[in-house]
Amino acid sequence: MNLTLKIWRQKDAKSPGKMVTYPISNIEGHMSFLEMMDILNDELIEKGEEPVAFDHDCREGICGMCSMYINGEAHGPDRRVTTCQLHMRMFKDGETIHIEPFRANSFPVVKDLMVDRGAFDRIQQAGGYISVNTSGNTQDANSLPIPKADADLAMDAATCIGCGACVATCKNSSAMLFVSAKVSQYALLPQGQVEAKDRVINMVNQMDIEGFGNCTNTGACEVECPKGISLDNIARMNRELIKAKA
Amino acid sequence: MSTLDSKVPGGPLKDKWTTYKDKIDLVNPANKRKIDIIVIGTGLAGGSASATLAEQGYNVKAFCYQDSPRRAHSIAAQGGINAAKNYQGDGDSNYRLFYDTVKGGDYRSREANVYRLAEVSSNIIDQCVAQGVPFARDYGGLLDNRSFGGVLVSRTFYAKGQTGQQLLLGAYSAMNRQIARGKIEMYNRHEMLDIVKVDGKARGIIARNLITGELERHSAHAVVIASGGYGNLYFLSTNAMGSNVTAAWKTHKKGAYFANPCFTQIHPTCIPRSGDYQSKLTLMSESLRNDGRIWVPAKLEDVKAIREGKKKPTDLSEDERDYYLERRYPAFGNLVPRDVASRAAKERCDAGFGVNKTGEAVYLDFKSAIERYGKEQAKIHNEENASAQRIYDLGKDIVEAKYGNLFQMYEKIVDEDPYKTPMMIYPATHYTMGGLWVDYNLMTTVKGCYAIGEANFSDHGANRLGASALMQGLADGYFVLPYTIGDYLSHDIRTGAIPTDTTAFEEAENSVKDTLDKLVNTGGTKAVDYFHKKLGNIIWNKVGMSRNETGLKEAIAEIQELRADFWKNVRVPGGTHEVNRELEKAGRVADFLELGELFAKDALTREESCGGHFREESVEIDGPQKGEAKRDDENYTFVSAWEYKGLPSDAVLHKEELKYENIELKQRSYK
Repeated sequence: MNLTLKIWRQKDAKSPGKMVTYPISNIEGHMSFLEMMDILNDELIEKGEEPVAFDHDCREGICGMCSMYINGEAHGPDRRVTTCQLHMRMFKDGETIHIEPFRANSFPVVKDLMVDRGAFDRIQQAGGYISVNTSGNTQDANSLPIPKADADLAMDAATCIGCGACVATCKNSSAMLFVSAKVSQYALLPQGQVEAKDRVINMVNQMDIEGFGNCTNTGACEVECPKGISLDNIARMNRELIKAKA
Repeated sequence: MSTLDSKVPGGPLKDKWTTYKDKIDLVNPANKRKIDIIVIGTGLAGGSASATLAEQGYNVKAFCYQDSPRRAHSIAAQGGINAAKNYQGDGDSNYRLFYDTVKGGDYRSREANVYRLAEVSSNIIDQCVAQGVPFARDYGGLLDNRSFGGVLVSRTFYAKGQTGQQLLLGAYSAMNRQIARGKIEMYNRHEMLDIVKVDGKARGIIARNLITGELERHSAHAVVIASGGYGNLYFLSTNAMGSNVTAAWKTHKKGAYFANPCFTQIHPTCIPRSGDYQSKLTLMSESLRNDGRIWVPAKLEDVKAIREGKKKPTDLSEDERDYYLERRYPAFGNLVPRDVASRAAKERCDAGFGVNKTGEAVYLDFKSAIERYGKEQAKIHNEENASAQRIYDLGKDIVEAKYGNLFQMYEKIVDEDPYKTPMMIYPATHYTMGGLWVDYNLMTTVKGCYAIGEANFSDHGANRLGASALMQGLADGYFVLPYTIGDYLSHDIRTGAIPTDTTAFEEAENSVKDTLDKLVNTGGTKAVDYFHKKLGNIIWNKVGMSRNETGLKEAIAEIQELRADFWKNVRVPGGTHEVNRELEKAGRVADFLELGELFAKDALTREESCGGHFREESVEIDGPQKGEAKRDDENYTFVSAWEYKGLPSDAVLHKEELKYENIELKQRSYK
């Protein structure tokens, strides 16, 4: 395959950026999208140019580090995958591919395609935990049975990889899917009940401080989420918030 | 050669840890506030240690190269975590978990450490459940277990195929609580580039801020290395792209001995490489071998026809297939341990029977399992005359329920439907049992510098059992280090804050700066990956699944040559004071180029086969075990701990003799 790449280049957070065109040839369908980017970068280095900076690490869809906006979609055209799991067979010979960083005011660009998602960490620090010290003397794990259905739902919510695709794809740059996944995981488990009220209030508050927008139920986040996190979680978070403030 | 003191406490095995813990010195809460600890890495070991130390009252500074501590590569672990809870009532106990781990490690791990690991394993599960980790449960609401890696009990706790993710998010949440309280200062996108010693003690680090490129001095009363393993030495591995040995290697160069570098785990079930552009390999959980049968064509002409696309694997009849594991190991069949399965696949592919275009792939076939489950289901549903299609459909449902996410992952990568055509698999580097040498306290040979998790060497011997890596990371971080480090720090309560405006910090910073400047100024022409791939090829071909004296000597010479070439011809665009991903990679590969040589040297020195280390010269010559690995207990029941002396070729070997007082050394037989 021969392709034309149009890639967002930006030196650092303070400099303005622009789209730059790079032709690339001999791409095989079996390559992953990031392997295609590796080839481009090696070509740039050999020519003495600066490679394109992008975030990536595990390359198996679980660390949540990769974050490209490809042809107008977070993580590109395939479903239920991260950019590192996207394969070039999804594209056609001769195609032009637009590659941009995740776009949201709360995710400032660091360089090229890298963004700062520190806001997500700060939201978790505001209450995304259960206050239990490590002692070796907590109660036996089986002393508190949890209905399988609840445990499974908690697990589904906990699958979130914190990549930020939900924010990038939302026209409001809302982080509700991300925040609600964590709130839901604990709301569904007995261990999470003690701090439930403070947790939801503090996390939602931090989400607002970080400048994320509100949810208007377009459902785009659920469609683009590589882990299929359900909108039901947002409903659950809203319910938790109303309960907490009541 | 000297003898190393492992500081294992006396007394019976079962009482060692409890008795020891009761007697070690404690630091009172008011004094803990005056003590700083640096933790490098935020995976299961580093994350759990940071959180626990901060809970206890110490001031923790944690560092990771990723943009968030939640992204450390522990996140990618799939299968599960072992614990001797005996919830299934199948006779499990601390002793059995200890025994299985020592035996699985081919009798090259330290008894007392492994027993302690088994002892605290149950606490880990309790702690994680209390944190809200959503482990799998059965319909009664109690925790579910699965069986793993050929042991005889069900002791593996799991959260779908994402156990590592859930455990790491648990540790991350515990960290977040402490970050919010100001007890952990978190440094994301920072990389440790040297350790600083003052009066022989670890007192700080030099870290590079990966956004600004600035070098920073950080001081502490103790430094904990939790930076994971060095599997990326092979270039292609199941590790994350950024996983590296740099923190451990810099510590080694400052006096920490490096133990058993050649003990590497090559995991048998990974998706094969498809071309030279490949950047990493993807693991398919070991659990697949419970139902999949491994085979290659029996005749070379069929191999040729398959490679040319003239035949499909499904065209071959049963007698045209060679189920080589079932043939060679009738007792264990497809469920032999990882090292044995990997070597057998290599043997067939080396003989020309590899089934893809690179010649490095074997089939993992679910046809029999689908049929077996299908027939079972037909019987359960009273469908006596079920058609072949109906049986297939019923069987497929069962296989899908068990392994659906893995099949989907395979299909996304390979673009073939593994329900219809057999999967192709090949072994890949997955885990490194070797690492920094530590004593019973998990302290390295540098005073005040500790190593935990995959970064140390102590618990898995020459081969790690499935679902034991997560257990060890969390055991070290939650339940061992936080106690043993107090014993050391109790002597530091009067020291006060460690200043960073001293000669020691200045010298370390200057030497890091020199190296970085050298890397951006070599004026070469080749990208870092060019050298990393070459190194990977040498290591894979000559220090991979099968090793011999000639190959190892060649590898050492080739790595030396490649290292010289690297420093002359590498090209790192950009400068040192900006985001520079190539510079980060270059520094890591420079360290791999040194470790690679020590790795081959260690393999050359160990003239026996044990666990993942297979020396072609050390095999059984006759008898029922003919051709199998031969361990040499008389001469090699020791840990190789290497001291840095300037060049890997000058490294000096120290031995820690291993004593087995509670377990009898036996040959592992799977025939």
